[in-house]
Amino acid sequence: MILLKPNPSSGVPIYLQLMEQVKHAIETGALKAGEQLPSIRPLAEELVVNPNTVAKAYRELEHEGVIELRQGAGAFVSDTATTKRDAEKLKAAKVLVAQGIERLRARGITDEEIRRLVEAELAGITEGKRRE
Amino acid sequence: MSDRTVIETAGLWKRYDDIEALRGLDLRVPHGSIFGFLGRNGAGKTTTIKVLLGMARPTRGEARVFGLSPFEPHSGVDIRGRVAFVSDEKDLYDYMTVGEIIAFTRSFYPRWNSNLEQQYLRKFDLATGRAIKGLSRGTRTKVALLLALCRGAELLILDEPTSGLDPAMAEDVLQALVGHVAGEESTIFFSSHQLNEVEQIADHVAIIERGQTVVSGPLDELRAQYQRIQLVFDGEAPDIRVHAPGTHSVRRKGRVLTILSAGGGTAVVDEVRGYRPASIDVTPVTLKDIFLESVKTED
Repeated sequence: MILLKPNPSSGVPIYLQLMEQVKHAIETGALKAGEQLPSIRPLAEELVVNPNTVAKAYRELEHEGVIELRQGAGAFVSDTATTKRDAEKLKAAKVLVAQGIERLRARGITDEEIRRLVEAELAGITEGKRRE
Repeated sequence: MSDRTVIETAGLWKRYDDIEALRGLDLRVPHGSIFGFLGRNGAGKTTTIKVLLGMARPTRGEARVFGLSPFEPHSGVDIRGRVAFVSDEKDLYDYMTVGEIIAFTRSFYPRWNSNLEQQYLRKFDLATGRAIKGLSRGTRTKVALLLALCRGAELLILDEPTSGLDPAMAEDVLQALVGHVAGEESTIFFSSHQLNEVEQIADHVAIIERGQTVVSGPLDELRAQYQRIQLVFDGEAPDIRVHAPGTHSVRRKGRVLTILSAGGGTAVVDEVRGYRPASIDVTPVTLKDIFLESVKTED
């Protein structure tokens, strides 16, 4: 079994922790395309979490195209999981960039300055990072 | 999970002499959920359970279990046949052995599940020859739980199921509850002070305070609504009022301002951005944070 007990007190919903674990296992190759995931009841019992939470994690993973739920047969890692994962990475990165820009604007830095800073950072010519 | 409701109360009041134990309590427990029922001592948890079981008649308001009233003779009997209750005391007949109390209880319930009985005897490592009298609190709890789980009940009401248990035993109990809901089409309604356990196995919670529901809903939704927003300023944090709906508290310490919001973080962030903080961080909160914030004494 590759899934670990989630941390219920981290403030991060347990279904999200489970989703992350499954995605991580796929990324590292611990779970391969076509491979079957444990069914809901044994997994809920093993991790001692609510079965509805496991079901929710699986539903969301299916929605994201990471796994396929086959009627009566269980959950399987989808063949396209890795490419979907790449698309998702980009989506997550976009959010990070948007947040970063928002923060900089909040400090009164203009868009032109932000653009210059990003360019400079990518080119590796900044003179030390700003920290508060 | 279906939309069926197993427990529903509306505007429930209960007065004992000069104490208002319940003051308009609203609850909705969906079928198939593990529902954590939280509150400080004296908040009204036990009174609520007594009303649901038909053991205390409300002064006002309505309580329904499986859509039935616990106080009409026929439906009351029906409810008691479909609900298993484990009290905080884990009442058992002390003069019996584990095997005797199982045989005794089994005789009352036509839907008794003997396979489950064998499973839980093994899982809980219970010796049928042992006298109830000499059992530790943990083992007593396991026997009481076995009796409740094997009855074929559609609803389990548990008052502090893990109180007084060591962490390993508590985990065994939680595991049995999780497995039960997954396998037996049942609903679990449990009160607890162990917020980390509630966070671990509950998918719905209600927090009550002074006889009223102050927070309730699916745990994941509550987690999404409740956010902590931390602002760090270059100098002393300004003394500001936050008007965004759902703002619970604003705490100021040196250069840091911490805001707890029950209305999501976005509205607060939009509002406070104008104060030009050096950084804004939105972090999730735990059930403990939500609990402490909700039951804070206001007077």
